[in-house]
This record gives sequence, C-alpha cells and structure tokens, in this order.
Amino acid sequence: MKITVELLDTPLSTAVCQPALANEGAGGIVWFVGTVRNQTEGRTVRRLEFEAYTPMALAELRKIGEQACARWPVQKMVIHHRIGTLAIGDIAVIIGVACPHRAEAFAACQFAIDTLKQTVPIWKKEFFDDGAVWVAAHP
Amino acid sequence: MSLIFKKRTLDNMELEVIAYGIARDILGHPHLKLVVATPLTVAALLEELKSRYPAFRELASLAIAVNASYATPEQVIVAGDEVVIIPPVAGG
Repeated sequence: MKITVELLDTPLSTAVCQPALANEGAGGIVWFVGTVRNQTEGRTVRRLEFEAYTPMALAELRKIGEQACARWPVQKMVIHHRIGTLAIGDIAVIIGVACPHRAEAFAACQFAIDTLKQTVPIWKKEFFDDGAVWVAAHP
Repeated sequence: MSLIFKKRTLDNMELEVIAYGIARDILGHPHLKLVVATPLTVAALLEELKSRYPAFRELASLAIAVNASYATPEQVIVAGDEVVIIPPVAGG
C-alpha cells in the first residue's frame, strides 16, 4: 500500500510507522513528528484532547497522500494521528515520506502537515489551570 | 421567512445535523434535529444555523460536510444525507 493513514487512541511511534515506508528505491525518508507543547501564548498547558470526525478525517488524510503523490515522486507515505487525551510531550501526529531524493521528501512532508492543519476534521482542545480553549476556533 | 417549520409538510424534510468540537458546545448537544424547507442548500443551512446560534458568526470559519466530504455552498442537501458542522479544524 502506497499511502497508509490511521487515527489512533494509543501512543504513536515512528517505529510502528516505519514498515509502511519500506521501499528499496527510496533514497530519503523525511519524518515530521508533532508533539504537545507545554505552553500557548504564555499560558501553561496541562493536557489536550483531540477529537475527529473519523470517516472524513481518514478520507481527507488519504487525499493529502494522493495529492502529494501527484506532485512529487513519493514512493510511500504514512500518516498516524492521535485522538483522545494527550499529555505534554506526547506525539500528536507522525508523517513519514519516502522518495528517491531528499528534496522532494522534505517538500512532500511539509505539504502534508500544512494541508493536514487546514483540511482534516480533527479538533484540539487545550486545557489550562483556569479553563479550556478550542484551538483556532476564533480569529 | 425562517427555513424552520414546526410541522412536516410535502415541501419540507427532517434533517439531523451532527456537530463536533466548538460547534457541539454552541449547540449544547452533539445532534440537532430540524425540519427544513426543501430544497435546502448548504448556504441556506449555514445561514439558518448562524441566525439561530449567533456564536457561529464569531468563529474563524464554518463549513458543512455532506456524506463525509466538504460541501459547496450551492450543494443541495437531500433526505438521508449525513450532515456535519465543521468548525475551524486544528489537527497536528
């Protein structure tokens, strides 16, 4: 399978993603690993929660993979996104891209994370000591 | 005239809208049942939601998904469609 996408409610790891990128023609693999930061605009974040509209999120993730394959010579792509409750330092998302050369692998990986943040129906709620906020909800 | 009617007639239909994230908080519930005039476009549904729940107007964006795909404003919603309110997404 060229494109592998999953939403998981258990901890993510690149080791689990790695087999999805197996390809003897690959000359470069680029990983993006997104983690939970301990602060937002000076406020201390205690934890966060991700929720997804699962069938559409999986379809949109797959679409990102297909668009990347149309633009760059992507051999394999894997995207794992976490849902549920996450602690500081936990991995929220992993994107791995295998290409013949590094430049296109970097470009395709950057495209994938940038597009994911704009199109995939996943919502993030940050919890502080004094309340909680849906991230990006308001301008 | 409002799109929302209390009684079903020949030119309206029952519609259940599903909400996630801050949209669910605004509705106060994950589902909203409406009886709406037909034909109902996505644009008309958005306008009705914003008029009934003004907090939707404060959001950075508001989209509708029909059957797990982003819908265009002119798309017509038919009975049996899965209709989901998509507030600003924040994955990654």
